[in-house]
Amino acid sequence: MHTSSTLILVLAVFAASLVEMVEALTIVVAAGVSRGWRPALEGAAAALLVLGVLVLAVGVPLIRYIPLGALRVVVGALLLVLGLSWLRKAILRASGHKDPHDEDKIFAATVAELSAEDEAAAALPTAARTKKHDGVGFAVAFKGVFLEGTEVVLIVVSLGAAQHRLGLAALAAAAAAVLVAVVGLLVARQLSEVPENTIKTVVGVMLASFGVFWVGEGAGVHWPGSDLAIPVLVGFFVVVFFAFTAYMRTLLPAPIPEEATP
Amino acid sequence: MSAVTRALRAFGLFWWDFLVGETPELALATGALVGLAFLLAGQRWVGAIVLPLVAAAFLFLSTYRGRRRAPRS
Repeated sequence: MHTSSTLILVLAVFAASLVEMVEALTIVVAAGVSRGWRPALEGAAAALLVLGVLVLAVGVPLIRYIPLGALRVVVGALLLVLGLSWLRKAILRASGHKDPHDEDKIFAATVAELSAEDEAAAALPTAARTKKHDGVGFAVAFKGVFLEGTEVVLIVVSLGAAQHRLGLAALAAAAAAVLVAVVGLLVARQLSEVPENTIKTVVGVMLASFGVFWVGEGAGVHWPGSDLAIPVLVGFFVVVFFAFTAYMRTLLPAPIPEEATP
Repeated sequence: MSAVTRALRAFGLFWWDFLVGETPELALATGALVGLAFLLAGQRWVGAIVLPLVAAAFLFLSTYRGRRRAPRS
């Protein structure tokens, strides 16, 4: 395996984990602020534990028992679906056809939703109120981390299994999760500063490139230069991203929303 | 409906939504690319050129389909 494809694997997993964990942390912070930190952190920790078990339970048997050719086709197909979907969203956002991802909006919406639950809980008798209070904070944090993390698990298992580097892929994802947690603790709510849309574009490009490569490799397509075709595919999808974005922005401009018109 | 059936249904719906969701054309594209890859297996260069181009074509179709349109008056 070439150094270039290993480097791209680490970068793809790290960046994917980074953006998904930023989204998860937004929900955990919102749950912590409005419901108390203990249930929110417990929910987040429980979800991370389940995700770690999933990586081991799905990834290790995949590597041990599935023939490499078949594994690469399946993994490539999975990466293609995710990669093309991320790239699609990135192009739509960059060309103004979709609103950019906004952590501040998500934070405000989650806090508002949880505060409304809190008001409803205040009307309950004391015993029921305490039970519901903890349960909601835990559940919201667990769900946020688990749902955002599922995509990371898929990427870790897919890329790690296809290159027989599951440990390295898991380590890159864990490093990103730790980084986000530490930065999140230090800056609390300043998560909107993370250039999430740009990182998502980069990850989309990498996943689509790996997807096309592994589907072809698994099926027996001859790639000139073997693994060196991956950086070439990355370059191709970067060009595709900029070309499609420019086309959508100039030739198919998004209509101005009614409230924005004078 | 039993608890097991409900759980299986929820599990299936979760994965359907996760992998197909609002972009069934991308799931279709992936299936087409896998089929194409097997058809072009062993052919020198052709697969390496055709696969990325077909992926890009499907991506463009899906993006075009997802564009924001002006409301009909």
